[in-house]
Amino acid sequence: MTPADTHRTIDAVWRIESPRIIAGIARIVRDIGVAEELAQDALVAALEQWPASGIPDNPGAWLTAAAKHRAIDHLRRNKLLERKHQELRYAHDDHQKAPDYDTAIDDEFGDDLLRLVFTACHPVLSSEARVALTLRLLGGLTTAEIARAYLVPEATVAQRIVRAKRTLSENQVPFEVPRGEELASRLSSVLEVIYLIFNEGYTATAGSDWTRPALCEDALRLGRILAELVPKDPEVHGIVALMEIQVSRSRARVSASGEPILILDQKRALWDQLLIRRGLAALERAEKLGGSPGPYALQAAIAACHARARVPEETDWERIAALYVELARLLPSPIVDLNRAVAVAMAFGPQAGLAIVDQIALEPSLQTYHLLPSVRGDLLLKLGRFAEAREQFERAASLTGNTRERQFLLERAEHARAASRSPNPGL
Amino acid sequence: MRFMMMVKTAEKSGPPPKELMEAMDKLAEESIKSGEMIESGGLGPTAGGSRVRLAGGKITVTDGPFTEAKEVFGGYAVFELKSKEEAIERTRRFMELHHKHWPGWEGETEIRQLFTAPQHAAKA
Repeated sequence: MTPADTHRTIDAVWRIESPRIIAGIARIVRDIGVAEELAQDALVAALEQWPASGIPDNPGAWLTAAAKHRAIDHLRRNKLLERKHQELRYAHDDHQKAPDYDTAIDDEFGDDLLRLVFTACHPVLSSEARVALTLRLLGGLTTAEIARAYLVPEATVAQRIVRAKRTLSENQVPFEVPRGEELASRLSSVLEVIYLIFNEGYTATAGSDWTRPALCEDALRLGRILAELVPKDPEVHGIVALMEIQVSRSRARVSASGEPILILDQKRALWDQLLIRRGLAALERAEKLGGSPGPYALQAAIAACHARARVPEETDWERIAALYVELARLLPSPIVDLNRAVAVAMAFGPQAGLAIVDQIALEPSLQTYHLLPSVRGDLLLKLGRFAEAREQFERAASLTGNTRERQFLLERAEHARAASRSPNPGL
Repeated sequence: MRFMMMVKTAEKSGPPPKELMEAMDKLAEESIKSGEMIESGGLGPTAGGSRVRLAGGKITVTDGPFTEAKEVFGGYAVFELKSKEEAIERTRRFMELHHKHWPGWEGETEIRQLFTAPQHAAKA
């Protein structure tokens, strides 16, 4: 093995093992910033030693032992040894020996990795900091990789992570899984971070590429990890289902020249059936857990209606419309209403959809939202009200910041104009 | 990046020892928990399989068993990973379990990338 090969192997081992190592060390030192530094020190030792000594048979165990060794030194230096004695013994023994109160009380959450998730997504941190810390500590991404994905300088991300660690330490955020009532709100903060990462990848907020698939994969992986750590929470399976199904369309949702393709125009043969199957299975897990579905499970159920349809005509729009009613009840929002209008129009005709759009047309938050006039134009076009449709498409074009989308809307405006002049306007 | 790993061995190897099955279950469970293994499966004996071949403009169907093949595919797994090196590392661990729990076993795991992203995104 050449030194370059060894380094690449070490990178791979690091990415596989680092979340678990950092989480395990954080339980000992009770500070994820220190835990990451110690784990990094172990990595540096590997980089120094392995090229000469060869890669050990169990590289994960080697790194874990090296990091633990450093953690003990760290505690000794900090004269905390006495106080931490119990915990250290626990960390070195097999878990059976000393009673572990955390796991005893809270069986399904007795996991270092889960503590790491909750700490990295702690509400004391800004959402940018949570995202950076989660990608770094749980996703195993380097600072440079995070910077590239978010199109910001590496120094910005590095600074964000340093500050986040400091904030956690200054606020003495405990390295633990929240209990009782706090658990639900903290879990939704974790889901929010995962979905923020996912959306950043799914719809790039900046840059010329429509998708940045790597972030979607990172978010999906985090979701899958969380689903195994918190298997009894329906929303965790809901978010996984939503992401699996959305990613299943990656290959179909953008044309070769980079233009977005609407769901009804996508080539369904390009949808990834493996991810659809996984998404539907995750949705089923969420539904089997019972209770009324949360916002992620509802959105997943909507996505599933599309995924189940082999051809667009098979889409169960009535069910989608009903799911949007439920979603609007949980998350009242004019954007959800706008989506409901589209589904209602598909299920019951453009007039019924237009009635809903008209109800929300004066909503202040939608005045600069290009999809409102875009949907309105579409429904007016279907009703043969071409002049009004054209006006709406032009308005939508003036509101969108996306060049490709503006082009698309102007084409539709032109189409409406041509239709209004045609002697046979219904065709 | 999505990878498929396909393991090949001599068909006469027989059923794997219980210890190996247990160790592999544990490895599979870990890979599911880490969010990386998204699919896996075992293949039935070639006696129940067939080959459909197009050559010289003619399609021929040959039923198994494929006795002439030294090694045949026995199972596969699909992983989503950051790099090929991670795929190699995962596969190395899988092969080490065979080494440890099935003395004398020989075989090969082939790693191939599966294309998932749109072409223009793959180039970026």
